[in-house]
This record gives sequence, C-alpha cells and structure tokens, in this order.
Amino acid sequence: MESWRKVRDVVRKKIALFVFLGWVLLIVGDRVDELRVYQGAQIAMYTIALTSIVLLTGYSGQVSLGNGAMMAVGAYAAALTLNNLQTPIWFAFLMAILVSALFGALLGSAAARLAGPYLAGTTLALAVGLPAIANQFSFLGGEPGLIFDVGFPPERFGEEFTQYKWFFWIASCIALVAIFVTSNILQSRFGRTWRAIRGNSLAAELAGIHASRMKVLAFTMSSALAGLAGAVLAMNIGLVAPGAFTLALSFGLVTGAVLAGISSLPGVVLGGFILVVIPEIADVIANRLGDADKLNSYLPGLIVSVLLILSVIYTPNGPGENLRKHLRKKAAH
Amino acid sequence: MSGLVVTRLNVSHGAIHALHDISFSVEPGQLAAVIGSNGAGKTTLLRTLSGLKDSSSGTAQWEGREMLGVKPEDLVRRGISHVSEGKSVIPELTVKENLVLGGIWRANKAETQESIEQVVELFPRLGERMSQSADTLSGGERQMLAIGRALVSRPKLLLLDEPSLGLAPLVIEQIFDTINTFRTKMGLTVVLVEQNAMSALEIADIGVIINLGRVVATGNASELINDPALRAAYLGY
Amino acid sequence: MQKVIETLLIGLTTGSIYALMSLAIVLVWRSTRVVNFAQAGQAMLATYVGFEIASRSGVFWLAVLFAIVAGALVGAGVDYFFMRVLFKHANSGPAAVVAPVIATLGLLGLIRSFVGLTWGGEFKTIESPVSTDGYTVGSTTLPFSPLNTLIIVTVSIILIALAILFQRTNLGLALRASAYAPEIAKLAGIRTARTRTIGWAIAGGVGAVAGMLNTANNFLTPYSLDLLLVFGFIAAVVGGLESMVGAVVGALVLGIGLTIILNYVGTSLVFIGGFAVLILVLLIKPDGIMAKGKGRRA
Repeated sequence: MESWRKVRDVVRKKIALFVFLGWVLLIVGDRVDELRVYQGAQIAMYTIALTSIVLLTGYSGQVSLGNGAMMAVGAYAAALTLNNLQTPIWFAFLMAILVSALFGALLGSAAARLAGPYLAGTTLALAVGLPAIANQFSFLGGEPGLIFDVGFPPERFGEEFTQYKWFFWIASCIALVAIFVTSNILQSRFGRTWRAIRGNSLAAELAGIHASRMKVLAFTMSSALAGLAGAVLAMNIGLVAPGAFTLALSFGLVTGAVLAGISSLPGVVLGGFILVVIPEIADVIANRLGDADKLNSYLPGLIVSVLLILSVIYTPNGPGENLRKHLRKKAAH
Repeated sequence: MSGLVVTRLNVSHGAIHALHDISFSVEPGQLAAVIGSNGAGKTTLLRTLSGLKDSSSGTAQWEGREMLGVKPEDLVRRGISHVSEGKSVIPELTVKENLVLGGIWRANKAETQESIEQVVELFPRLGERMSQSADTLSGGERQMLAIGRALVSRPKLLLLDEPSLGLAPLVIEQIFDTINTFRTKMGLTVVLVEQNAMSALEIADIGVIINLGRVVATGNASELINDPALRAAYLGY
Repeated sequence: MQKVIETLLIGLTTGSIYALMSLAIVLVWRSTRVVNFAQAGQAMLATYVGFEIASRSGVFWLAVLFAIVAGALVGAGVDYFFMRVLFKHANSGPAAVVAPVIATLGLLGLIRSFVGLTWGGEFKTIESPVSTDGYTVGSTTLPFSPLNTLIIVTVSIILIALAILFQRTNLGLALRASAYAPEIAKLAGIRTARTRTIGWAIAGGVGAVAGMLNTANNFLTPYSLDLLLVFGFIAAVVGGLESMVGAVVGALVLGIGLTIILNYVGTSLVFIGGFAVLILVLLIKPDGIMAKGKGRRA
C-alpha cells in the first residue's frame, strides 16, 4: 500500500520535527530568565487556545466568541478535579479536555443551525455572561476563584529547575502535542470536510456531508482544545477566577487568530507571541505617557482592536495570503 | 447620434469572456429584439448596459452620451430603465408601493401619481390589487407590475429582460401586445431580450441574434423571421 | 397579585429599552445584512456625549438631543467609512464569511477603548429628569417610578414615529426597498448606498436614546451597555431579525421574562435565563416568533 507508507513517512517526519522543537524549547527555557520563561508558558497557552479558533473558525467557518468561556470551563473542571478528588495533575488536565468537550458538544448542537451573526451573537452572550455565572455559584469559588496548584517540579530535575520552568515545560509539551494532533486532524478527511462546509454548506450537504454533525464535531474538538488551554492558563497563574475569562479574552483570541491567519495552523505560535507582547507594549507606552492606571486598562484593548480591524480589512486570511498574492503578481510580470 | 449605439462591447465574468465585440444600434422609437439561446449572454448584455455589471472594453451611447460604467440609479434619472430577469418586484411591498418605487427619485410627486394612473390604465389588473402585497400576485401580474414600475419612471429607453419567462402562452401574448401598444404610444425605445424568439421578432422593428457571446446576425425583424437558415437555427422550424 | 403587576410593569420598562436596541440591530441587519455589534459602542459613545452635556447643562432632554445627533453621526460614519471599506476589501477567501462580524466586534472594542481612555472607567451618572422614587399607593411603595413611566412613554413615541417613517414616507419606502431587494431598488433609481447610511444613522440615534434611558436608570461605564447589546440581540433574534415589530415584541417578552426570573427565582439565574431563552428560540423556531416562515439567511 504505497499511500499508507507515504502517510506513515509524513507522520514520522512530523513527529521528528515536533520532538526537535521540544528539545529546542527545553534548551531555550534553560537559558532565559524567569519572566521570559513565564511569558513562554503564556505563549504556549495562547498557542493552544488559538489552535481551537483556527479549527473552529478558520476551518469549519463558525465564528464563535465562546472559546474564552470554554477555557473557563476547562480551567474550572481541572481545578475542581484537582482540589476535590486529589488526582494526579495529568488527570486534571484530562478532565479539562473532557468536560469542555462535553460543553462544546452541547453548545455546538444548539449552534449547528446558526450561522454568521447568529452564532457570533449567541457566543457573545455566553462570553459576556460567563463571569456573572461563575460569580453566582459558591462551589466555583465566586469572585476570588479557586486555587490551582500543580505542585513543585520533581526533585530529580534539580535545584535549578524553578516552578516557572516546570510550567513552561508542561505547557510547551502540551502545546506541541496539541498542535501535532490538530494538524493531523486538519489535514485529514475531517479538515477537508470542514473546509467544504465552510465554503458552501448547501453544496457540501448535497455531496453527502452531514454538515450539522461535522459542525458539532468541530465545536466539540475546538472546545476541548480551549478547555485544555484554560487548564494551562490556570496552571500558569495558579488560580481560576472569573476575572481571567472576560469578553476581552475571547476578543483577543479572535484577534490573534485573524492576525496570524485564521486558517493557518503554523501561525498560532506567532499569534500567541503577539497576544503576550501586546500588554507588554501597552505597559511601556503607558509608563512613558504617565497616568498608568487608566492607560493600562484600556490601551491593550485599543491596540488589540485596531490590529483586529486592520487585519480583518487588509489581511482577512492572514499575512500569508497577501504574500502569496504579491508573489503571484510578480510572477505574472 | 441618437438612439442606442453599442460598439465593440466586451464583458467578462472573472476569467470567462462572456461578450465579444458586441455591436448594434437601435434608432429612437424602435423595438430591438435581442434573441439567442440560454447562456448566450443576453442578460449579461442588459446588466452591463444598465450599470449592474462592468464592461472590459467598448462603448454604449444613448442619445450621444456614454452610458457604460454609470450606476443604475443614475441611469434611471437619464431616462433608462431596466426590468431585470425574474419578475423584479419586491414581494414584501404592496402593489402600490412597488409602483411608487418607480418614481421615488423624482421630486415632483404629482408626476409620479400621474404616471401611476397611466400604468393602471394600461394594466387594469394592477389597479384592482393596489393594496395587496406583491407576493399574492400571479406570475403574469408580477411581470406587469415590474414593467409598470419601470414605466412610472417615464423612461425613454426601456430594457426588458425575458418578460415571458415562466408565463403561460396566453399571458405572454397579452404582455407582448401591451408592450407593443405602450411603446408606440409613449414613443419608447425598447431593447427586448427574449428566448421566445418568435413572439419577440413579431413585435420588433429590428432583431439582434446573439450566440455564445457574439452577434451572429442583425437586421430587419421581418426579414430575420423569414430567413430560413435563421429560422431553423433559432426559431426551431 | 400586586407582585404580578409590579413584575409586569418593570418587565415592560426593561423590555422597552431592550426594544430600542433590538430595533436598531434589526434596522441595520435589514439594510446591510450585517449584525452590527458595534451598535453598543455607538450607543455608548453617544451616551458619553450626552453625559457631558448633561453634566454641563443639567438639562436631560438637551443631553438626549445631543446624544441622538452624536449617535446618528457615528452610525453614519461607521457605515460610510468603515463598512464600505470592509466590503470592498474583505470579499474573498474563508474569511469573507466571518469578516464583517469580526470587524464590527473589533470596532466595538475600539470604541470602548477610546471611551475608556477619554473618560476613564469610573461609574458616571446622569440625573433622571423625573423622580426615581416609586409611586406610593396607599401605604406601599411600588418598585415602579415616574422614570419607568417616562421610559415606556418615550420608547412608545419613538416606535410610533419609526412606524410612521417606515410605512408612510417615501424615505421609509426607500429604506425598506433597499433592505429587501437592493438590486431592484437601484434599478428603480434609489441611491441605495446613501439610503443605507441613513438607515445606519437612524439606528445610531435610536441606540443613543436606549443608552441615555438605560443610564438614567442605572449608571454609565464603558461596559454598562454590554448587557444591553446582548439582550437587544437576543430580543432581535427572538422576534426574528427580519421584522421590526418582532424586535419590539421579542424585547418586551424578554424583558418581562427576565423580570419574572429575577423576582421569582433570584438574580443568579437572570443571565442564564436570557441565554436559555435565546437557545430555546433558536432551536425551536429559528425564524423568530414573528417570522412568516422564510429561511434564516445569514
């Protein structure tokens, strides 16, 4: 079976690539200071979250602002599992994936019949309301939230291996695995089917594709990824509170995805990087201009919004598309 | 230079070159029947003339003024009205509202009112249904309404896209009769696009036959009807 | 019995404000086929302008007037400068479907950030022109005040005015035609682009009133209109995005429904209630309760 051998080769090459990346990250993680390591962990977290958007919006064409909410679901699930059941950490992460997948399936079923603005509006409602919901139920810890402590790194890694390095290590590994798995899914029959649905739902149906089912599947997988990202976020900041999952988060995710190329999986790393860098830049500007408090609250939002608008207008399919168009024009001459 | 003069018009849909070097002219007051089979490019021709579509090259002049590239809403003010394919009425509005629409751009409301009364004289069935919603009309009535609305704007050049589409033969006859009547009465210049070649040529002064985006024959309508080669190819007998 | 009447009246009040918002959303949807999430942003900006006028002049209605003008200008501006550019550029590729939605969301964030940077995030208030103390009936004080009455009356007046505009004037006819069938409207000589911008301006003005009334009843922050947007959207969906009457009915139903939950169940479930209503309607009758059965075109 020629084709199977080819697929196996490709997959093997991919695994090799990802393992290599893993090693690189590990070495890099060793060389830089604590703040950068922490930021690295955040980038990894955003990368996972952006992957969920690429899958949902870039591939299956459903615009959802609910991924922030799904991150919250995953984070709360992980924290509740860890705190109440005293399970190993990996189990908490697993629960994050499963619970958010479940919620994603529910939301997806309701949303399958929706399109465009209806879907966006519904998920907007979810994103706006989630902090309120979290505030109401005491078992969710209310406003201060729940603590999520993954514990110290194993002793065999030695004294030098700090807490944040541990987070970075875990987050990066998870990110690599998530991207690897997602990339395979996107390149498979699933990915092609989603793109067919995105292009023309009716035509896809006529070609025998169960559009609704696939849409729900996209929602489920996307939510699972988002939930995982949420758990990683919880690990990084050490707690799960409604304040971490505001509408601004969902906004930021959509922006990061659009900027990096909404259907481009490799772009998610760039997107994650941008999302971590923006508050930094905002901070610097705020300090230069004085009145740090007000500026700090609203400047990141301003930058994010401007970037989102510019990128949606000028590079709606990511900078890759513009580059390709440019190259094509040059070739034509 | 009066009337409609189309010279070497080329139109493309993306990569597909739909109309090639179309040229023909219509004297003022004449009715030109543009006929050809499905996909020949007839609708594309009208849509380009009325400004809904861009041309790639060529000119089209009405009364000596270039009309290509002008927005449809501006052409209406110059006296050019296009009744597009598929019974272009707005079903959510009433019959009366559809008619008023034809004159809404005009500042003089009295003129519009007068035009509407004239249209109702022409199509009495519409008069009976003024306050009804347009989606309750039959196919033939909708076509009358669409034409009526165009007439309310008091055009000098009327572009009609397949008014017979989907209508019963008796209704088609009525509509074509009416078209012939009012165009003579109002002195309109008409470009009538039709698949129903026979009926169209019977009321036309000149005919323009289009196949695969090119003009294959033009001439006096009665001559075209009687030309055996063309009859076989386009009229079917 | 008294509680029922109270609930109904308060539900009507909140519903009225939602009605303005959902009306604005439907207006824009029908004329542009875009759900303008930036509606809340426009209303917010207009309300802050109103706030400035109110704090300087102390006259509520003057502030409302300025807010309406500001809202209309912002609305027209957004359509003219933003939406037209958007449709010109982002019209191909996988993002074409999602671009307008994301763009209006981005605009919402942009306006919010701008407002936050200009005015700060502290709670601002606008003095209500009438008393906010509940009416007293005998020895009991109702949770219903003259302000509530004012809100209901104002909204009713606006609704009637809009109905007259749309049904009886040529402008209204042009607006409807441009929304239902833009190509036919163009062929009839209507300048659809200009008409659409007017539609956006009207929606902007209406949203401004919603913002002002909401603030008189509560307070103003860069986030205070978010809930209004969400409930306005839900109301519009419930009523069926195609129908303005539906938008109003949906909003009143939603307002009363939410108040029922508030009074009989507890605050915690208000939002969930709203969300549940949305999902329920979308699942059961996706065209909205007022729709005539046409498909839900996105």
